[in-house]
Amino acid sequence: MIPHRAGAAGAFALLLFATTACGGSGGSGGSGGDGELTVMMYQDSLAVVQKDAAKRFNEDHDAKAVINEVPADGYEDKLRTVMGSGQSPDVFFNWGGGSIEPYVEQEMLLPLGATLQENPEMEEAFIPSILEAGKVNDTQYGIPLRGTQPVMLFYNEQVFEDAGAEPPESWDDLLDLIDTFKDEGVTPFALGGATPWTEQMWMQYLVDRKGGHSVFQRIQNGDPEGWRDPAVLDAAETVQDLVERGAFGDNFASVSYDEGAASALLSEGKAAMHLMGSWEYSTHLADAEEFAKGDLGYTTFPALPDGEGNPQAVVGNPTNFFSVTDDGETEAEVDFLKQTYSEAYVQDMVENGEVPTTTNSEEMIEKHAPNPDFATFQYEMVRDAPTFQLSWDQALPRSVAQPMVTEIEKLFNEQVTPEEFVDNVAALQ
Amino acid sequence: MSVLSPNRDGRHASARARARTAAGGARPGAPRAGRPSAWWGLPALLFFSLFAVLPMGLVIYLSLTDWGGLGSPQFIGFENWTRLAGDPVMHQAILLTLLLTAGSWAMQTPIAMLLGVWAAGRQRNRAVLSAIFFVPLLLSSAAIAIIWRALLDPNFGPLAQIGPMIGVPGLDILSSESGAFLVILFVSGWQFIPLHTLLYQGGARQIPESLYQAAEIDGAGRYRSFWHITLPQLRNTITTSSVLMIVGSLTYFDTVLIITGGGPGHATTIVPYLMYEAGFENYEYGYASAVACVLVAVATLASLLMVRFTGFGSMRSTREGM
Repeated sequence: MIPHRAGAAGAFALLLFATTACGGSGGSGGSGGDGELTVMMYQDSLAVVQKDAAKRFNEDHDAKAVINEVPADGYEDKLRTVMGSGQSPDVFFNWGGGSIEPYVEQEMLLPLGATLQENPEMEEAFIPSILEAGKVNDTQYGIPLRGTQPVMLFYNEQVFEDAGAEPPESWDDLLDLIDTFKDEGVTPFALGGATPWTEQMWMQYLVDRKGGHSVFQRIQNGDPEGWRDPAVLDAAETVQDLVERGAFGDNFASVSYDEGAASALLSEGKAAMHLMGSWEYSTHLADAEEFAKGDLGYTTFPALPDGEGNPQAVVGNPTNFFSVTDDGETEAEVDFLKQTYSEAYVQDMVENGEVPTTTNSEEMIEKHAPNPDFATFQYEMVRDAPTFQLSWDQALPRSVAQPMVTEIEKLFNEQVTPEEFVDNVAALQ
Repeated sequence: MSVLSPNRDGRHASARARARTAAGGARPGAPRAGRPSAWWGLPALLFFSLFAVLPMGLVIYLSLTDWGGLGSPQFIGFENWTRLAGDPVMHQAILLTLLLTAGSWAMQTPIAMLLGVWAAGRQRNRAVLSAIFFVPLLLSSAAIAIIWRALLDPNFGPLAQIGPMIGVPGLDILSSESGAFLVILFVSGWQFIPLHTLLYQGGARQIPESLYQAAEIDGAGRYRSFWHITLPQLRNTITTSSVLMIVGSLTYFDTVLIITGGGPGHATTIVPYLMYEAGFENYEYGYASAVACVLVAVATLASLLMVRFTGFGSMRSTREGM
């Protein structure tokens, strides 16, 4: 008898191990104070920009910046563990919004309002809609550190040519294209429904175009009744209309974005269009180089008929942010933040294929970007956007974000009606 | 299953006590002869307390709090529990877990038993085929799940080619609720049937040849031999295998995470996955702990019931009187 109990109990011992590790004194951060400034950084090929910045910083400062690269998979879990353990890093990489809200609530972060006032050049350096996304409850907590990642409509130029079609400029164009491509035997829109955060992008644009930026802002500010705005129901109905028209094909629910299936549908010409973040260009460049260089087209999400939203508004990930943990001594940290808009830093970003979020970067992009056309398109799209809505699942607290994404998944799978969707997400807290 | 070790040397306890007194003199309170002292159980007890009892206690405490991993847990009484009781996802998860457990048992037991009994024989090619059947057991769960995920991809997997061949173009199993659940059931079977086959093979090999010879003399055919000799003789193996299967199904997790991620919607969100989602996706450790408590209760209940109704606790030899 004992062995079974031990088996079941062992499983929970594991769970507890993980949870107590979060509250215990373990962790790998290492706080400053001895002239060392730890920077927790998301590990990927672009982190070289921050490593270079640390080198430049260390040349003319007493404090030594140390970049601590943490693997991308599970970055947020590890961040939460070190933050909860009292071993927090001095500066850390994040997505703004809901991703730092728990730390703001615990008063662990340094409000940067005063810093911006003392250093007006810092505020002027960034595109306003981007800097705005670094705020939680109207207080600045994050300084942009990376390129921007707006969501846009990618399309396969070859497939459009074969069908004699033009990229959509209006909602009616888009609906016509669904029929055009269905007749051609091509899925109109690739969609990775097994990874439902990609379905979320459709809802984000539809709500923004229909009711404007303020609809989701109200929800983001903690009012779940905001989901009952007519624009949300309207967007949900539009989603099911699209599904019924066959806009996403029959099997999108088992297509995974993470395994590259959705992207491959577009690059292999099995789908005509794909609504995705701007990183999709690099994805195609890595997996289907010829397609990325020859046939990959991109355009903006069209306006909706009777939509109140600004058709130039953008959704996606405005950028990533550096936030500073408040341990009383934050002078060196603030100095380090100034690196993020230095000319060397911005040039480094552009050369690595990123589109910077600093103002007046057109010339830099033309001169140094690996693909100036795409980079300029993206830069102008973001610069001219009146608002830039952070991805919903990053903007909301985690306890709400995940269930919300699952509700969106059910909406696309027609497991719930649009009315039930609204009721279900409004009930989340 | 007894902790008491038999008197291996066959001497009477009193005789042994006398021998020890003669050798060095018994200390007051010395353990009674013939049994290891209670101290022998200490390492196991310590380990069990530290890694099972203590965490279980802490999980029960956490289930009464609101905690996101930062700061200290806030005591909120039974709020998590009332939420749990009214959570439709939890109700569905319990139902799905029970379905998965019952389904796994009903599917795996007959197949594993037949394969095992067959593999215990002396047929030609048996060794080669047994080795092939054994392969899934050697692969890691994550690898198995990734392979099946790729095989079932509706656009780029073999399914996309096989579908039109059997007259079902657009064959797509993972996007329907029942399809995704059946996939989980099937993959878990594919993965674990070899282990149970091995158990049954070992069990079947233990059955004395003389029983079959006697049955043959009495005119029993292969079918009757199976029903009246093999099956009753495998009684204890069936119990062992079932216990492993049921406890394993109740805590099944990795395949669900990789193949369906609990989806589509919540169609494959079983209790262990719900616990993971609440704790490590939503950072609601309090609620996740409440879910964990339910899982402990269900698993304990299941094993108690099994022990009671299968006679596992008083397991007797199947060869008494032989």
